[in-house]
Order: sequence, then structure tokens, then C-alpha cells
Amino acid sequence: MKYLDEYRDPVLARRLIGEIRAAARHRWSIMEVCGGQTHTIVRQGIDELIPVRMVHGPGCPVCVTPLATVDRALAIAARPEVIFTSFGDMLRVPGSGTDLLSAKARGADVRVVYSPLDAVRLAAANPGRQVVFFAVGFETTAPANAMAVLTAAREGLANFSVLVSHVLVPPAMSAIMESASVDAFLAAGHVCAVMGWTEYEPLAARYRVPIVVTGFEPLDLLEGILMVVRQLEEGRFEVENQYARAVRREGNTFARDALRRVFRVSGQTWRGIGDIPDSGLVLAPEFAAYDAALRFGVAGLSAREHPACIAGDILRGTSTPLDCPAYGTLCTPRRPLGAPMVSAEGTCAAYHNAGRVRQEAQEVLP
Amino acid sequence: MCLGVPGRITARDGEMGTADFAGLRREVCLAYTPEAGVGDYVIVHVGFAISVLDEDEALRTLAVLRAIPGGLDEVSR
Repeated sequence: MKYLDEYRDPVLARRLIGEIRAAARHRWSIMEVCGGQTHTIVRQGIDELIPVRMVHGPGCPVCVTPLATVDRALAIAARPEVIFTSFGDMLRVPGSGTDLLSAKARGADVRVVYSPLDAVRLAAANPGRQVVFFAVGFETTAPANAMAVLTAAREGLANFSVLVSHVLVPPAMSAIMESASVDAFLAAGHVCAVMGWTEYEPLAARYRVPIVVTGFEPLDLLEGILMVVRQLEEGRFEVENQYARAVRREGNTFARDALRRVFRVSGQTWRGIGDIPDSGLVLAPEFAAYDAALRFGVAGLSAREHPACIAGDILRGTSTPLDCPAYGTLCTPRRPLGAPMVSAEGTCAAYHNAGRVRQEAQEVLP
Repeated sequence: MCLGVPGRITARDGEMGTADFAGLRREVCLAYTPEAGVGDYVIVHVGFAISVLDEDEALRTLAVLRAIPGGLDEVSR
């Protein structure tokens, strides 16, 4: 496939690894914010081939959706008049007691959709039912969910609503810069395809960290890491764009206009991390009629996490899955305790799927 | 979650269209890429084109990568 295969060339990958080894005179810590990048880095073993400490960030919207929001989804999905629609990766996220897939098995009408517009079509086709869409995601996904609300409004669909749990990347990076010790960041390419990179310029200047907008293929990641290492070795802290084929400085202005119309920035709770100011999106007042949490009276639910799960430390980059006593024992992708083990982009699931085991566990294997 | 896949637009009718992903064809919302036409490649995320791929920039990136000198292990093979 054009635009994919060229960026997976093993010969060029080896050359880039050689360049990184030659350029890195210190052992720098670099955080990749995006879970999709974590998945590629761990699956390809990129972090084990370079003299750089890769720190995995909180960039998995599935993982950071608050437990209380999952419980709200479950409460809404349990209602007989509701068709509850969601992207597939939210179905196995554990709430306080169960998950959407188990609720579906017990008779709730839960359906996976590929696009939020599919949920709008379901509402048009089922006027006697309430269709709710679980609107999660970063800035990448928010324009699609905004378009679903705009389309429902344009078509006058009173039986469509969205349960919104949108998170924004730059405020989370800012929170991490205040607490964690990383030297540089790879910014998430598809978030920047929508938002551009002007928001990152004040962060790079204030915290004196290089930030490189990076794509998702192995060569993209290696080049992004090389660009960051060169900046660190030269004492520069600028925003650079490795992913120039897909990302412009101003992002996608049409998508950003839709976000401004449909949503307002607000405080947001990140699962495992806590409250981060101005790090989420809620529906703008003129679209409040489409807010499922208000429509079904579930806005007040609160919840408590499993005590053995260290998801917060994982998502902040202060621990790795191998530091967790539950990893691979109490907690596996088949029976996840916490969200980072659910999605393939969660750090714990990425480690588990790549066969990485804890030292103690390795010693007892035959 | 932010997975985006490059697809080639094969048809466009207003805000909607069809894109080809290595033989698989899917409906795509093109509302956010009004400049994209048939034959253009777009990054598609949850059924929406979020960015038009820039061929010149792609070639420039590849030229930079291909200009990195090979190691001794490549020369000896």
C-alpha cells in the first residue's frame, strides 16, 4: 500500500538505528504520547535496539476514560429503549462491576459502529428507540463525533444523543512535564493532523523540551527519535515536524471549525491520573439537548478503582507494566483489571502481546 | 484509537465519497477535506478523511531517509 510500505523498509530502519546510536552521547528519556506509537515501538522492539529510554505516555483514550463514565455508559445501555453504540475498543473496558460486552451478552442492545455517522443512521432507521453514541477520543476523533451531532441536528433526530468523554493532548503533556522526568516528546501525528502544532510551541519553550510531531510507521518513529536526539545533543528545544506528508502547521482548519461549533473546552478527569484543567471537551450549550448524560440522568455517578491496579503510574510514565504485581497474573488482556490492559494501544497490553514478562515470573518458567 | 489509514479516493459526491485501501473499498466522509478529489490519498480515521497526503513532502522524507549512508554490514553483502 502506497504511503505505508515505503516506511517499513528494514534496511533503512537499520541505518536509522545506526544514526541514533551514533548521535546519542547521553541516555535521554523520550516520551511517545500516543498509544498507537507505543504499540509499534514495543511490537517491533524499537526501544530495545536504541540507547534511549522510551517512556510510554497516556495517549490511549480508551485507557483514560474515567471509570465513572464507563459506569454511566453501562447504566444507559441497560435501558430497554436504548440502542447503545460505540467503537469496538470500548466494549471490554471494565467499569466498576462489568463491561459493555458482558452487558450485551446479558441482553443489552449494544452495537459496534465503524463511524459515528453509522450511529446517526441507526437513529434515523429506528425512530421508536433512543440511539446513544459513546463519543470518546482525542482531537483526532472529536471532529468525526462533532459531525455526528451536526448531522443529527440538521436532520432533526430527537432520538440521538452522545455520551461525551473527549480528552485533549497538550494539557496532559503539560501536566506530565510538571511531574515526570522526560527530556523530550514525540507528539502524536494524527492529533496534529487535526490541530496542527502551534499549541506545542509554548510548551517546548516553557519546559525547554524538544517536541517532534511523528508518524506511526517504524521509519517515522525512528526518524522522530533521531530528530529529538539531535535537538537534545545540540541543546535545542523546538517543535519539529517529522510527519510532513500528513501534518501542516495549522492542522485541518475545517475540522477545527467543527470542534469549535459543537464543543467547549472544560476540565476533565483522566482515569488513573486525575483531574487536569482544560483537558477535555463537553457539548456547547446550544447542543445540550444531545447530551446523553443529561438525557438519562446519569451525570452524578461516581466509582472506585481496583486496588491492585497501578494504571495511574503507567499512564504518567513513572512505572512500566513490569513494576506491577498484577501484570500477567491477576491482570491479562483476557481478564483486564485496568484500562491499559484492555486496548491493544494500552501500554500493559502492548507489553503482554509482545511477550514481555516480569523478572520474577521469568525465573519460575521451566 | 487514533489509527489513521491512507486510502485513495475513487469517487466523490459532495461531502461523502469512497476510498480504496489496498483493494478494500469503504465509504468516507470528505467534509473536512473539501480540496480532495478522485485520485488523491487521504488519511482516514473512523470513516472520516482528516488530512490530504502531500506527495512532495512524502518524497522529501524518503529522500532524506535514503540519503543516510549504509553501514559496513550492507557493503559486505
